[in-house]
Amino acid sequence: MEDIEHIEKHVKLIDDSGRRLDGRKFDELRPIRIEAGVLRRADGSAYIEWGGNKVLAAVYGPREAHPRHLQDPARALVQCRYNMAPFSVSDRKRPGPDRRSVEISKVISEAFSAVVFKEQFPRTSVDIFIEVLQAEAGTRCAGLTAASVALADAGVPMRDLVTSCASGKIEGIVCLDLNKDEDNFGDADCPMAIVPRTGEIVLLQMDGHLTYEEFQKAMDLSIAAAHRIYDLQRDALRRRYSVTLEDILKESPPAAPSGERMEPAPSDFDLGPEGI
Amino acid sequence: MAEEVVSELMRAHVYRLASTGQRVDGRALDEPRKVTVERAFVKTAEGSARVRLGNTDVLVGIKMSVGEPYPDTPNSGVLSTSVELIPMASPTFEAGPPRPAAIELARVVDRGIRESKMVDMKKMCITPKEKVWVMFIDIHVLDYDGNLFDACSYAATAALGSTIVPAKNFGVGDDFPLPVQHWPVSVTVSKIKDVLLVDPNLDEERMADVRLTVTTDENGDVRAMQKGLSGSFTYDEVKRIIEISQRVGRSIRPFLQPT
Repeated sequence: MEDIEHIEKHVKLIDDSGRRLDGRKFDELRPIRIEAGVLRRADGSAYIEWGGNKVLAAVYGPREAHPRHLQDPARALVQCRYNMAPFSVSDRKRPGPDRRSVEISKVISEAFSAVVFKEQFPRTSVDIFIEVLQAEAGTRCAGLTAASVALADAGVPMRDLVTSCASGKIEGIVCLDLNKDEDNFGDADCPMAIVPRTGEIVLLQMDGHLTYEEFQKAMDLSIAAAHRIYDLQRDALRRRYSVTLEDILKESPPAAPSGERMEPAPSDFDLGPEGI
Repeated sequence: MAEEVVSELMRAHVYRLASTGQRVDGRALDEPRKVTVERAFVKTAEGSARVRLGNTDVLVGIKMSVGEPYPDTPNSGVLSTSVELIPMASPTFEAGPPRPAAIELARVVDRGIRESKMVDMKKMCITPKEKVWVMFIDIHVLDYDGNLFDACSYAATAALGSTIVPAKNFGVGDDFPLPVQHWPVSVTVSKIKDVLLVDPNLDEERMADVRLTVTTDENGDVRAMQKGLSGSFTYDEVKRIIEISQRVGRSIRPFLQPT
């Protein structure tokens, strides 16, 4: 419904001074915030806010692959499930996978497959779950970026993090990180993901219309931005895992503070007369 | 859903504590975990709330649209509740169509809201027999650490309480807050051997023999109940659980109501 209004008014997506609708310049990212280790049950998890996107990622594994016939005796499977919450978009999305999310899940799985040391975990699967809680264009990039942090949080051995970002074209100008209106009314969108340490491209998609020069410009913008996002990913992991002297001193008293979880003591378990 | 496994060690530990009135996380037997409510978490929804009950984490979004009423209730809005037990939330949850556990959960949450007449459904009618508001309560379980019945119900209640009906978008007048008239609170009690525990955490829930969810309103009246699992209660235990639910419900209700 909002979209129809836009068509009628034909809003200008870029003003004369080169500012976009949300005030960004052509090479500016939306604000990004990443947090590692946000879920209790998952082996690894991360939460990302990227502009109006709110995305959770969780990782389980390496664990026994199901169904069994999918198991690879030589290496681990990397499986991703990208899913949108029904309330994440303005017109309610029917729950469950559709063709779009199946495709996104597939390309994200393949992107991570390129960096995980799969040979170390034969017959297992590394399961990546991406849940889009609130969507505002660029959910696959946000999800992939968060999933990468979740994989590191789970301690899955990888060659490097994977970092993702999109560029596109609006009103003839190549711009970084399109928002929802720009995506709907722009001329092209090109999401990609790289391995920042080596520069390898592990995900690349494009729709719309770009000349060869424009494509190169879009990629240059995305690659430069990916390195900035890479720093945010590593910051999130550092915040989660860095330990200061203060933390160590705080944790040193032997008595557990009250309210702390009481784990069973070995004496709670009745051993047979022979012991172990 | 794959079986949750409890180690013998933990089983013995939980039971030994419970029989002396203690619990693994240091709570009293009739003490629920801490409830935190974050409203308006999702801006694409007409109302939303993320509720944490201890480490259990649930997000509910309310979406609304205009549709046809059911023929037997031509003057009432339509309410639909669904739960997704997404595989992110637990190693035992699998992707795919809702399984019986998720369907029961959605129906119990729905029943508490519907039967307590939380939302004045008569005010959700636009044109009798033709046009009414359709409300979708979509429940997304993010992290499963026990007692989804209460966590989902709290999140749904809090989300409804913060919902603005998008009438302007549908060209049927001005936006208005959802007409909420009651505040049901569900309280779940699990029984392990002969000990009753309020708001079981995951370890307790996994080894419980039987559970009972009781939804009470602000007068302490019972609006919905659901017994689950294969064990049984005595009549006295059921009465005790209702009393506990009334008391615990009173302490939780202020968290769910908008401030």
